[in-house]
Amino acid sequence: MMNPLKLNKMRLALIVALPVLFSACSDDEVEVIKEVEVIVEVPATVPDPVDVSYEVTVTNLTNSQPLSPAAVVLHADGHLFSVGEVPSVALEQMAEGGMNSGLLALGMASASGAGAIGPGGSETISVTIQDVTNAKLSVATMLVNTNDAFSGLDALDLSTFAVGDSWTATAGVYDAGTEVNSETAGTMPGPADGGEGFNTTRTDTGYVAMHPGVVTVDDGLSNSVLTVQHKFDNPAVRIMVTRIE
Amino acid sequence: MNKLTKICAASALAFASSQSFAADVTIKIQNLTQGMYFTPIAAVAHTTDTSLFEVGEEASPEIQEMAEGGSLAGLTTIATAISADVLAEPTAGPLGPTESVSGTFTTADGNTVLSVVAMILPSNDGFIGLDNWTIPTEAGTYTVYLNAYDAGTEANDEIVGSGAPGMPGMPAPPFLTLGTGGSGVTAVSSNTNVHIHPGNIGDDDASGGASDVTNSIHRWLNPVAKVTVTVN
Repeated sequence: MMNPLKLNKMRLALIVALPVLFSACSDDEVEVIKEVEVIVEVPATVPDPVDVSYEVTVTNLTNSQPLSPAAVVLHADGHLFSVGEVPSVALEQMAEGGMNSGLLALGMASASGAGAIGPGGSETISVTIQDVTNAKLSVATMLVNTNDAFSGLDALDLSTFAVGDSWTATAGVYDAGTEVNSETAGTMPGPADGGEGFNTTRTDTGYVAMHPGVVTVDDGLSNSVLTVQHKFDNPAVRIMVTRIE
Repeated sequence: MNKLTKICAASALAFASSQSFAADVTIKIQNLTQGMYFTPIAAVAHTTDTSLFEVGEEASPEIQEMAEGGSLAGLTTIATAISADVLAEPTAGPLGPTESVSGTFTTADGNTVLSVVAMILPSNDGFIGLDNWTIPTEAGTYTVYLNAYDAGTEANDEIVGSGAPGMPGMPAPPFLTLGTGGSGVTAVSSNTNVHIHPGNIGDDDASGGASDVTNSIHRWLNPVAKVTVTVN
């Protein structure tokens, strides 16, 4: 790809103070300060932007919880989610309905997984940003056979990542706190139910916490449409991050 | 004894110590669960040849009274006897879901490891535990995640009862919404040593069933607590 050469006009304002001494015939001496503004137009070249790219591999460690298309977000500061904090609407949309567009829009650069990641499956997602090597990386994906469970990574500091560096961790499951964990028919978007995803009404604690796990009908929640197949434990996903350029 | 000061999410940076001398170590403990409570927490810096508890070993009577009823009396007495540095506020209220407490203390020479305990509610004898974690000597911020342990001293019947050591049932402080009429999940504790807690079972019957805890609220997956240690 060719990058256009950009001309930036630089405006230099030079304030020149000229003390001038006038000698008169009389004993009076008059000092006059004269200001001259010199404006110079300087064509400046802007260096070509340098791509900084990462590959993020998300692996689904659960038995029967497909993961919604993963949101991979590079941001300058802040958090995508934090235990004890009120979740954003963008997080709620992802955690209840698997919709990641709101989270993707929060980044300086971001990328979405191509599709759902099935149990045992994995996907490598590339994300590129120009000239920034100290971004924060966050990843978020819904466990779709739940009311509002998600997993991911919040604000990993990339400033010490050199090209070729790799980092791997496993992540637990969080509860967005926006939809009560009823597990009832019609409330979960995944294939176990085919029910509702995002709903603007918040019906749970209102803050993000670690998820208590699904109960399921097999473990004593009479109205649950989930079975023992849908149970999960921590960790639920593995995330590998590699800087490739 | 120093004090752990409860902090709100909105003022997470504001914490206080009851002592005014220069501080070495700041400890922040956050409840990560969605529906469980912690009794007042004891954070203890002590020598490497002592410990509050060990997995795979029988719990001491002091750990038992903490794990079954939330009392820190025995543990703080022991801590004083072994010249440990203690950060605790035994009279504090419960630490609710996702809440944090924070405190600062100066550890004496030789008190190089940190242990943290508090009972988990509702449970029969569940507790959060950190056992002999080496306090780094290099200044910085360190994070440790804690699991839930079972003291092994009481059967997890999950019915409202007593918080006194050796007495069956769970303590039922007023801030907990518990069911009634449970028949009891089990009458035995198979592993009578300290072990990883198998978790609450609960049920969805508030006035009967086997358990007095609610299965969609009073469960957890590990980790249950986050400890942030700042060495100044």
